[in-house]
Amino acid sequence: MPDILDTARDQVLERGTGLDEAAVLAVLRLPDDQLPAALQLAHDVRMRWCGPEVEVEGIVSLKTGGCPEDCHFCSQSGLFTSPVRAVWLDIPSLVEAARQTAATGASEFCIVAAVRGPDDRLMAQLREGVAAIRAAVDIQVAASVGMLTKAQVDDLVAMGVHRYNHNLETARSYFPQVVTTHSWEERWDTLRMVRDSGMEVCCGGILGLGESLEQRAEFAAQLAELDPHEVPLNFLNPRPGTPLGDRGVVEGRDALRAIAAFRLALPRTILRYAGGREITLGDLGTRDGLLGGVNAVIVGNYLTTLGRPASADLALLDELKMPVKALSAAL
Amino acid sequence: MVTVLFCDRCGEPVAQGMPAQGHAASDADVAGAGPSDAATSGAGPSGAVALGQAAHADCVAARLLEPPRFCPACRRRMKVQVLPAGWIATCVEHGDTRSM
Repeated sequence: MPDILDTARDQVLERGTGLDEAAVLAVLRLPDDQLPAALQLAHDVRMRWCGPEVEVEGIVSLKTGGCPEDCHFCSQSGLFTSPVRAVWLDIPSLVEAARQTAATGASEFCIVAAVRGPDDRLMAQLREGVAAIRAAVDIQVAASVGMLTKAQVDDLVAMGVHRYNHNLETARSYFPQVVTTHSWEERWDTLRMVRDSGMEVCCGGILGLGESLEQRAEFAAQLAELDPHEVPLNFLNPRPGTPLGDRGVVEGRDALRAIAAFRLALPRTILRYAGGREITLGDLGTRDGLLGGVNAVIVGNYLTTLGRPASADLALLDELKMPVKALSAAL
Repeated sequence: MVTVLFCDRCGEPVAQGMPAQGHAASDADVAGAGPSDAATSGAGPSGAVALGQAAHADCVAARLLEPPRFCPACRRRMKVQVLPAGWIATCVEHGDTRSM
């Protein structure tokens, strides 16, 4: 076993201390023949510090498209020639989406909007929607509506939103290559306010935006510094009409190396499979990731693209003897 | 006669009666679609046009993990709401299509 995995076994598995940036980079550079050992170690770390349960979540877009920001991976930007049109979801449909999600056994439902930050109209829609879901569906409600003011953070807390997602997306050093309409630091400021409010922090990003391995390691270290409750790990799904629409997808073994590396950097975090896993890893890779550090999944469809049927993921979890985290355990 | 339909993923024309170049797949019927000059071939008994009926081969593969974006009858960009268990696509001219 290479030195880095020996180090990780002692530091992360035995003591629960995540790897630093240099050590994460060493994991990302492991040769293919060491990948199974890295995944096994990441799985052991997950089982030891998080347990066997898998947190299941559904997501839905409350406001799709027409975003003024220029995140180069995103089909919802109004600045690109993407075929995605702006559309709002009505409250009855939002509640029905939460009901569909709860029916899968999921404990989390995240309401997402493609905006720089919420305006009064969106906050009102969110307030009404969260209240309607909480009245009708047994599920925890999370939100992701961009950059917030302190007053908006307080509003979300008052609504009963228990977790807030705001992805840093990529390493600080690479962010200006991906987004030019706002800064990495502005995102960090929102995350700090969310943390201070007592809401759980959900913060991850997208791999395969063109970042180097060094920047991938930098990103893992920056997430570790933030220490979020949850890290959603997306892999680029190149969208037609976006500046990254012609990029290739992350090679499967690189994606698995990244999963192991992020788990070893974040031993106690909920590490969630998010968008792009279907095209990057397929069915076999999905299994490998769940046996390599991942302990949460988004089931069903994403915001503008489709995922595997929830039943396929739930059957896989059953086969792997990984229990779905119950709502009672989440509360 | 060659009638033009449009790929529901990329919006490019697909001529019926000619070899498919890439685009197809069928999720559902476009409810409420009426006959039009642009889409009579491929229309069902009620004049509906099957989504993906005219699609290019690489678009067919991509459409397994994407909802439709263009109306196959008139090429308009549709408003599409993706939901956890399906999607709803709305053409201002030809109405709603649901995957569920």
